Amino acid sequence: MTKNRIFWGSVAPVAAIGTSLLFVYIILTLRGVNPFEIFQLMVSYGFNPTSLVSITNQTVAFYLAGVAAAIGFKMLLFNIGIDGQYRMGAFFGAVVGAAVNLPPILHVLLIVIVAMLAGGLWAAIAGYLKVRRGVSEVISNIMLNFIAAAIIAYLLSEDLFGVLPDGSQNLQTNKIPLSGQMPTLKIFDGEVYSFIFVAVFVGIAYWVMLNKTVFGFNLRATGLSFRAARSSGVNAPGMIFITTVLSGAIAGLVGLGTLLSDTHSYSMAFPSGFAFTGLALALLGRNHPVGIFFAAFLWSFLERTAPVLEFEGVPPEITIVMQGTIVLSIVVAYEVVARINLRQQQRAVGQVNAEVSSDKESK
Amino acid sequence: MRRSQRRTSHLRFGEKSKLVNILEVEGVEKKYPGVIANRDVSLTVRQGSIHAIIGENGAGKSTLMKTLYGLIRPDAGEIRVFGDPVTLKSPQDAIALGIGMVHQHFKLADNATVLENVILGSEPSRFGFVIDYSQARARLIEIAKTYQLDIDPDESLVNLGVGERQRVEIAKVLFRGAKILILDEPTAVLVPQEVTELFSNLRELVNKGLTVLFISHKLDEVLAIADDITIMRQGTTVVTRKPSETNKRELAELMVGGELPKPKAGVENISKDKVLSIQAATYSRSDGRSILKDLNLDLFGGEILGLAGVEGNGQSELIELIMGLLKPSTGSVEVLGLDAAQTPTKDIRNAGVGYIPQDRQRDGLLMSAPLWENRILGHQFSSPMASGIWVRKGAAADDSKRVVSEFDVRTPGINVLASALSGGNQQKFIVGRELSGDPKLIIAAQPTRGVDVGAQAIIWEHLMRARSRGAGILLISADLEELFSLSNRIAVIHAGHIVSTLDPAKTTPEDLGLAMTGAKSA
Repeated sequence: MTKNRIFWGSVAPVAAIGTSLLFVYIILTLRGVNPFEIFQLMVSYGFNPTSLVSITNQTVAFYLAGVAAAIGFKMLLFNIGIDGQYRMGAFFGAVVGAAVNLPPILHVLLIVIVAMLAGGLWAAIAGYLKVRRGVSEVISNIMLNFIAAAIIAYLLSEDLFGVLPDGSQNLQTNKIPLSGQMPTLKIFDGEVYSFIFVAVFVGIAYWVMLNKTVFGFNLRATGLSFRAARSSGVNAPGMIFITTVLSGAIAGLVGLGTLLSDTHSYSMAFPSGFAFTGLALALLGRNHPVGIFFAAFLWSFLERTAPVLEFEGVPPEITIVMQGTIVLSIVVAYEVVARINLRQQQRAVGQVNAEVSSDKESK
Repeated sequence: MRRSQRRTSHLRFGEKSKLVNILEVEGVEKKYPGVIANRDVSLTVRQGSIHAIIGENGAGKSTLMKTLYGLIRPDAGEIRVFGDPVTLKSPQDAIALGIGMVHQHFKLADNATVLENVILGSEPSRFGFVIDYSQARARLIEIAKTYQLDIDPDESLVNLGVGERQRVEIAKVLFRGAKILILDEPTAVLVPQEVTELFSNLRELVNKGLTVLFISHKLDEVLAIADDITIMRQGTTVVTRKPSETNKRELAELMVGGELPKPKAGVENISKDKVLSIQAATYSRSDGRSILKDLNLDLFGGEILGLAGVEGNGQSELIELIMGLLKPSTGSVEVLGLDAAQTPTKDIRNAGVGYIPQDRQRDGLLMSAPLWENRILGHQFSSPMASGIWVRKGAAADDSKRVVSEFDVRTPGINVLASALSGGNQQKFIVGRELSGDPKLIIAAQPTRGVDVGAQAIIWEHLMRARSRGAGILLISADLEELFSLSNRIAVIHAGHIVSTLDPAKTTPEDLGLAMTGAKSA
């Protein structure tokens, strides 16, 4: 049974990635480029030590965004507000982290908690609007992304929390003191964020919460059927709200790897676009913590290797085409697999019924 | 061209005589897998008459109407319009023959005017593509005048009440040239004044030569308006009566059937403890419509209280009040000593309430989750399915296996998705789940709807065993056999009020029929 499940679980992503490779293969061939050379180039560049460090660090951020999106998906929520939540988390984590002086571990812990609170509370606005006012979380979250960006831009001004370091055009928050920084790990001759352990912990906690706890059961039940969950005694609207906050809290962690191990301050240079990526990764990884990891790694790999394509005269956007076709085919593939699964089960049920009735006849 | 010829021929018939049989149905039959919806249905409708069809839920009225409107194709039998056999493949065929349907739930666009709604789908046009509004308006005004329908073509639909909307639906059907109007429970949505108005409109229609088929289960109304009354029961037409030749008592008896099953013998040990006590409960929806009115109900441990009534008389809301899913507007609902209005559903369930919802797929199951997870649903807040913050998969799996074997759920295993099972097996699983842990109060809504005879026997057996253990059971059912076989008492709900409580051993079919249709004399 377990073997069967792993097989059916991986059939769809493998098929989707295969479809996407085939598609890119055709495009590259039509451009007169040898696709195998390009793929080989990507692999050899992507797996050199420097690249691996960069890919690993990027995977940590993508992974957290993917888990945040997956929590929402389990409730049929489309958390497109991950961008805003992540910004709020990173910004307030940076501001509070720079403002206090605490013993090393406590200091980091405080920053992590502040970031989760900031992300969660920001998401709570969308949760409240959805549960109490019936506002689609997609609409409110898109708005909240813009509002978050604007608020932070305002707070980063020099008379508030922003400082302008010498020789830089980039406003940023004060540096977090050493006690609030996280060390890097010397792997592949590079500096891997130790925040990776937090990401691993989040992945495990997510799986345990979802599959082993009553809270997780209620969350999944509400996502599967609001009415059945309500009839079973779950406070379904409350669950929707809490899930939104939880998703936002995880999103609040997305930027902390960079913040705690690299920049030690928040600046406008922090990247954006985590919402779409997170949703794509959760989709590709089937909301499963291990699946999301592979998806996040693949995404980081593609982003890292895109620039080298230019040397070969291939537009780097080809990796975006790949990402796009993967997401598109994965949706189709999952639906197909789900139908095959259901049909198999129905056939099995039908056989049981047939056996029972033939038993009765022979009696 | 063809249409106008047909119209004149109809009118000629209408003027000649009112005794012409405009519509004849003979031996119509419709089977679905496992169910016979219609069998041996025969009906003769005279032109220029109001012909009522009455029967309980599930008696086959709707199937027959859908057949006449071309939505369902019968397996056998003949339909004749003006004596000519016809085949109705679609509503378009029916409309072309002059048969129109006024649906119970209006199909109108709110953001359009009356005229736009009326012509939608059959717009008169100029040059084949420009809508000819002036012609349409003229025709609508003429229809309104001819049949004395009080409607304003340019009024916007949003401003109209229910009665006015119904007139728009009627006008819509007339605009398409209907000579026979089928009205599916038209009074269900109306207040009394609107009913009076509707009846005078219907009278006007038949005076002008049209024919009305009127579906209802309200005996007073039928006796007041109809020229002929056909009674349906268990998928077939029983008999046709004229209002002058019959009375409410007889109609009720004909609707319910001559013999009601007698209660099965069983040792009764009804306790003195109330497991459910509802005092003067009322419930009004947010739009102000009153659903439950001064409802009183007591249920003791060790008894089955049947709740009879035509669907939509407040049963669903009553169930939700008991489960703490709705709060009463006034009055009290006490479940196992808890105030249901102040207690979350999970605590009501934990106190020992089993709940078999009437819509099993929407309220009772996680369709795309495996059976063992469905075993947890509704029981995830207490032992043995949970301990502390953890769910216990092992306990859920073991107990799912027990339910599967005890209730004869036909499944290859407990990892099968609920959606893969047939409806009857889903229901057996739900009943098994809700009877686990010896609940003290069981809310069983339509526990055997749509299940086969074997499954029905299993479910009945277990419900009676739960009663012997001392559980109090509220049995909400549209199945009279079920109510009479299982219940110690039968309460009848009508228009959100318990109109009477009957002893199944002494109750006659007409008593129950009368009470269910809201007649005061029961």
